[in-house]
Amino acid sequence: MAETALQVGIVVGYLLVALAVGIVAYRLTERTAEDYYLASRTLGTVVLVFTTFATLLSAFTFFGGPNISYAAGPEWILVMGLMDGVIFGVLWYVLGYKQWLVGRANGYVTLGEMLGDRFGSRGLRGTVAVVSLFWLFPYVMLQQQGAGTALEALTDGAVPYWVGAGGITVFMILYVTLSGLRGVAWTDTLQGAFMLVAIWAAFLWVAGAVGGVGAATETLRSVDGAPLALGGGLYSPEYVISTAVSIAFGVTMFPQVNQRFFVARSKAVIKRTLPLWPVLVLLLFVPAFMLGAWARGLGVATDVNENVLPPLLLEYTPAWFAALVVAGAMAAMMSSSDSMLLSGSSYFTRDVYRPFAADPSDRREALLGGVGVAVFATLSFVASLFRPATLIEVGNTAFGGFAQLSLPVLVALYWSGTTRTGMYAGVLGSQAFYVASVFVPAVPASYLGGWSAAVVGSQRLPCGRGRRRLSRWSRVPPAGRRSDSRVENTHGGTVPGRNHARRLSVTTPREPPPDPSAVVAVALPEGGRQFWLLDGDDDHVVRQREHSGVARDDGRPGQHGDAGDSVSPTRL
Amino acid sequence: MGVSKTLLGWTVAALVLMALAVPWFIWGSDAVVAGLPVWVWWHVGWLCLTALVFRLFTVRAWGLGIEEVSGDG
Repeated sequence: MAETALQVGIVVGYLLVALAVGIVAYRLTERTAEDYYLASRTLGTVVLVFTTFATLLSAFTFFGGPNISYAAGPEWILVMGLMDGVIFGVLWYVLGYKQWLVGRANGYVTLGEMLGDRFGSRGLRGTVAVVSLFWLFPYVMLQQQGAGTALEALTDGAVPYWVGAGGITVFMILYVTLSGLRGVAWTDTLQGAFMLVAIWAAFLWVAGAVGGVGAATETLRSVDGAPLALGGGLYSPEYVISTAVSIAFGVTMFPQVNQRFFVARSKAVIKRTLPLWPVLVLLLFVPAFMLGAWARGLGVATDVNENVLPPLLLEYTPAWFAALVVAGAMAAMMSSSDSMLLSGSSYFTRDVYRPFAADPSDRREALLGGVGVAVFATLSFVASLFRPATLIEVGNTAFGGFAQLSLPVLVALYWSGTTRTGMYAGVLGSQAFYVASVFVPAVPASYLGGWSAAVVGSQRLPCGRGRRRLSRWSRVPPAGRRSDSRVENTHGGTVPGRNHARRLSVTTPREPPPDPSAVVAVALPEGGRQFWLLDGDDDHVVRQREHSGVARDDGRPGQHGDAGDSVSPTRL
Repeated sequence: MGVSKTLLGWTVAALVLMALAVPWFIWGSDAVVAGLPVWVWWHVGWLCLTALVFRLFTVRAWGLGIEEVSGDG
């Protein structure tokens, strides 16, 4: 009973700390959409790394990962290491850095907004948002379900499932609505630091209790299925590669991770984060997943929620420490959910509601964002009460679903020949295939001896034979005439503008800009190559130069600062 | 063509980093070294190497394929 009180006390303590952080963040938050959703693109290295890491993997590191290592062997270290340490690192540059440049130059807040603007299509913008929400909603539901069952188990049923899940939902609505991304990122950072310390303490504690790391590992020799041997059982080469690739690509399109591509304060921040990924991955995953594997060798049985880490810790570490880690894991679940709520809300309000509604003011949009969080969380909570099997299946296959988006986005970012029709085909075609592989028995879930549908489906290229070749990222009024409501696209259609966005002029060789010094372009007409010039290592200015020499930086003194201010005037 | 050779080189480096994060050549090995399976140690070493290569990339070639300064100016 004392343990239960301690665990509940730690959970409540965490909630209070999170609320305090939220209130501090609220006091710093401007009531604009960009500040609410992206903290005005001001995150530094440590906060960016930890918020991305904690958002994505915190609950998983404590529960899911050790469970898989327990059941199938510690090769999960390799799968996650390859996924998060190497492939995600490369994508952090290839997708993330490019998105950061493009987002910064054009004021994008969401992925759908970026693609909609690129192809001058509100429909595409809405489609990307709806596809993302389709996969995100059940995933949030699963988090609430996890929190509810964990609280129920923690208190031996004293807190019923619906009270636990509901209470955590209400709390998250409160503090996410209050604090926006700034508060969420700060609590994530606390969470990440806590995770690192806790998992190493647990690793050393358990190793010490059973006679050392070597003795703990040797216990696995007596287990059936040879878990110490590389491969075998679940882990075929096809499985390892498919899983790592589909999760890595899926991760980049998860709204809460994709949005973090936009939030770095500067180029130097992104550069510093890149080499940190493999190191953080090792520091967290090796001890966490070895613990799961040891539990198998030590003959520890899973608890009522089928998690293995809590019973392992209860057996080999003091009760207070086990309580701390278990409570921390629940807090970790929340740190994932709050980011998802915020991003889900931004996708809905910016890409589904706003483009099709009367143009609301910026302040009103921030307010709508808060309402969106509340609606999203409430709906997913209600769904978590009924736990429909279909939604659970969608949530469990969400990584693969998001992975289908990554290739169209990659192609849109890098290939000027991408067409709007091709994007629709790439997005909807791969989604249709993947959803069918999940729900339609006639469509296999794996191919050619073990390659998953998530990997097979994402190979569709968005290069349909569309009539229109939209070649520029966007086209906006010349510098000095900021867009207030709507922006003309390359083919005379309009896409919604942003009152607050710092839109810079984009030019083409045929249309020299009135002020070449203020030119920032993102993509060039067909056949053209793009050249970027950036001011120094730690700059905020994106500058582009064409080989044709039409749009040139003329090198006047002082212009960089001017352009920099116009790129990010809300920088704190 | 200096840029494209550099791009090719770094692309190959990235692919090699991905390809060998799992030590396929000791598939099935259950040797334990210093308390952990030998393939875990390979992975630890390889990810440290990855971090170094990433660091080198940020110093030497950041912007490659994304932000390119033209050769003519």
